[in-house]
Amino acid sequence: MNSKSITKDHIKKFFFNIVRIRRIEQAIAERYHLGEMKCPMHLSVGQEGPAVGISMFLNPADKMLSTHRSHAHYLAKGGNLNRMIAELFGRASGCSAGMGGSMHLIDRSCGFEGATAIVGNTIPIATGVSLSQKISNSDSFTVVCFGEGATEEGVFYECLNLASVKNLPLVFLVENNRYSVYTPLAPRQSHKRSITKVAEAHGIKTLAGNGNQAQEVMSICKHATDYVRNERKPVLLDINTYRYLEHCGPNNDDHLNYRSSDEIKHWLSNDVIRQTESDLFKIGIDANQLHSSIKKDVDLEVENAFAFANDACYPSIEKSASYEYA
Amino acid sequence: MNMHKKTQIQESEFYPTIKNFADGIAAAYFDAMNDDPTVLAFGLGATDPRNIFGTMAGLEKEFGNARVFDTPISENALTGMAVGLAISGYKPVLTHQRLDFSLLSMDQIVNSAAKWNFMFGGQQSVPLVIRMIIGQGWGQGPTHSQALQSWFAQIPGLKVIMPAFPDDAYNLFRSSISDPNPVIFLEHRWLHQMKWDGLGKFDEIRALGKSNKIVSGNDVTIVSHSVGSVYALHAANILKNYNINIEVIDCFNLRDLDIPAISKSIKKTGRLLTIDFSHQFCSIGTEVIAQILTHNFPDLVAAPKRLALPNFPVATSVNIEKDFYFSTPDICTAIGEMLGVEISNLGSEISDYQSKSSKNFEGPF
Repeated sequence: MNSKSITKDHIKKFFFNIVRIRRIEQAIAERYHLGEMKCPMHLSVGQEGPAVGISMFLNPADKMLSTHRSHAHYLAKGGNLNRMIAELFGRASGCSAGMGGSMHLIDRSCGFEGATAIVGNTIPIATGVSLSQKISNSDSFTVVCFGEGATEEGVFYECLNLASVKNLPLVFLVENNRYSVYTPLAPRQSHKRSITKVAEAHGIKTLAGNGNQAQEVMSICKHATDYVRNERKPVLLDINTYRYLEHCGPNNDDHLNYRSSDEIKHWLSNDVIRQTESDLFKIGIDANQLHSSIKKDVDLEVENAFAFANDACYPSIEKSASYEYA
Repeated sequence: MNMHKKTQIQESEFYPTIKNFADGIAAAYFDAMNDDPTVLAFGLGATDPRNIFGTMAGLEKEFGNARVFDTPISENALTGMAVGLAISGYKPVLTHQRLDFSLLSMDQIVNSAAKWNFMFGGQQSVPLVIRMIIGQGWGQGPTHSQALQSWFAQIPGLKVIMPAFPDDAYNLFRSSISDPNPVIFLEHRWLHQMKWDGLGKFDEIRALGKSNKIVSGNDVTIVSHSVGSVYALHAANILKNYNINIEVIDCFNLRDLDIPAISKSIKKTGRLLTIDFSHQFCSIGTEVIAQILTHNFPDLVAAPKRLALPNFPVATSVNIEKDFYFSTPDICTAIGEMLGVEISNLGSEISDYQSKSSKNFEGPF
């Protein structure tokens, strides 16, 4: 992978975004027990790399769709923080007016077209958004983010085929965190099966790599986005990453022993923030100082967002009924 | 609500000559696609030589393969793709040659199309039409003949439309395409090539309504939709010979039932018969009766009655089909029972109506 095109500024920007998202997610986890955010919460702590990596190379006109675990994607694409926190609070000022909660985020002003809660659900919707870009001769494209669990859904294969048959400008971004809730890969996927080979068999270009390595994930994402933007064809990215907290909720659940301690140690010692800090030191940037200054700014932003959410009004049941039909 | 305009492009060599229900659908496609470049039409067989029983004839030649196209057999992906197009400025129309195949796409119909406007707080609606054809008769059997309008009508966010007549095929299809919400548009296969003496009006401009009173009378109110309304119309004509005047309300909008119109009719007749060509359990007629009992209990002079299909699947054998389905004589008999009048010697009258409008579906599918 050629990483020459990844500059010092890219690494700094990547670092800013992963630290920002980590701080926001940790702030949500810290406050979840207060009971203001009464909705299922699938936090992205540990999985910031792929979301930020791909978003570095997207324009606001490029579209993104995501899953139940979408906070990192929403924020990396440029989604409004105040409205996201208000949504978690179930308030009318939320990005989905309090109708959707954590699993249904949207901010169309930045091209984040929606995240939904059923595994694999947005893959065909992104396929349609991408087809609209093709039919309208747009020069933008679409990214759909989903986990490796969604590659077990039939609709994933249907969409690989559709995207290939219709030559769609679409990035399939697979974030492979190895677990579907508590279930590891072994009972779910044949060890002989490769997601990239499946995609290649459909005539789709693929790239794979480590989502915790700033230069690697950015190189892959830049290569992929350049390809889709120029060739107007689909690409699939298989990016390894790791979730630090429980599948759903604010806590660490490693005491349940569904993941080996060696595996957890391996991923924590290769944490995306720590690795990027060492990358920054190597290019002569004081990562500690940069980290502190980012934290300081983000903490203020987070305080303001929670205050905004706390002050926002609740929607009424009459208002919710009015959203049934346009 | 966008109103559609009647701007037929009759100079096109591909524009259908309207002779029946299927031509009404085809003409509505032509006019909708001519008026609005964002209308797209696709589904398995959309451009094949039979063009979905003639309902999509000439479309690809007229509008090109970017807007009219055949597809893989991937019902769930196609439905999600249609939702993606619909939230991106297009008005897709997806077609299933049998409703039963759409069962592979329930995630996208129920969790995506029906919920999108709601779950994102009204930011983006889903202007999508999904045509599904119900193929009863000619041995279609357990998995090619299901009429699941009650399922869809139970889902908030969907509209469910079932036209009966050629003019409604045209008008309601155009109204469905211009509606900003997802519409499940259900076509009974018996209707497509049914022969009619007159075809009604195709030039009305209207929003998606709720019902049409197709016959006025004082004795019994029939509430029906789709092919049931055709048979009810025939029954009304036949029963005039017995001095029985029934009122027929064609309730083509099944999610937004026109209870006020039915209620008004019941105040006049005091009797209600519902007709469904679907299983009786949880049928649309069952819901109509529940609501009318609640609203009009004092107005009723007799117990309401339901004509519907048995609650088990239909078998393929023609011998079973003739007992499973019902027709105009059964409606006449039911009305007679409700009024305590014996209806006899229907033979010649029935064959007259059958020659006009029924028994036109003779397979193969």
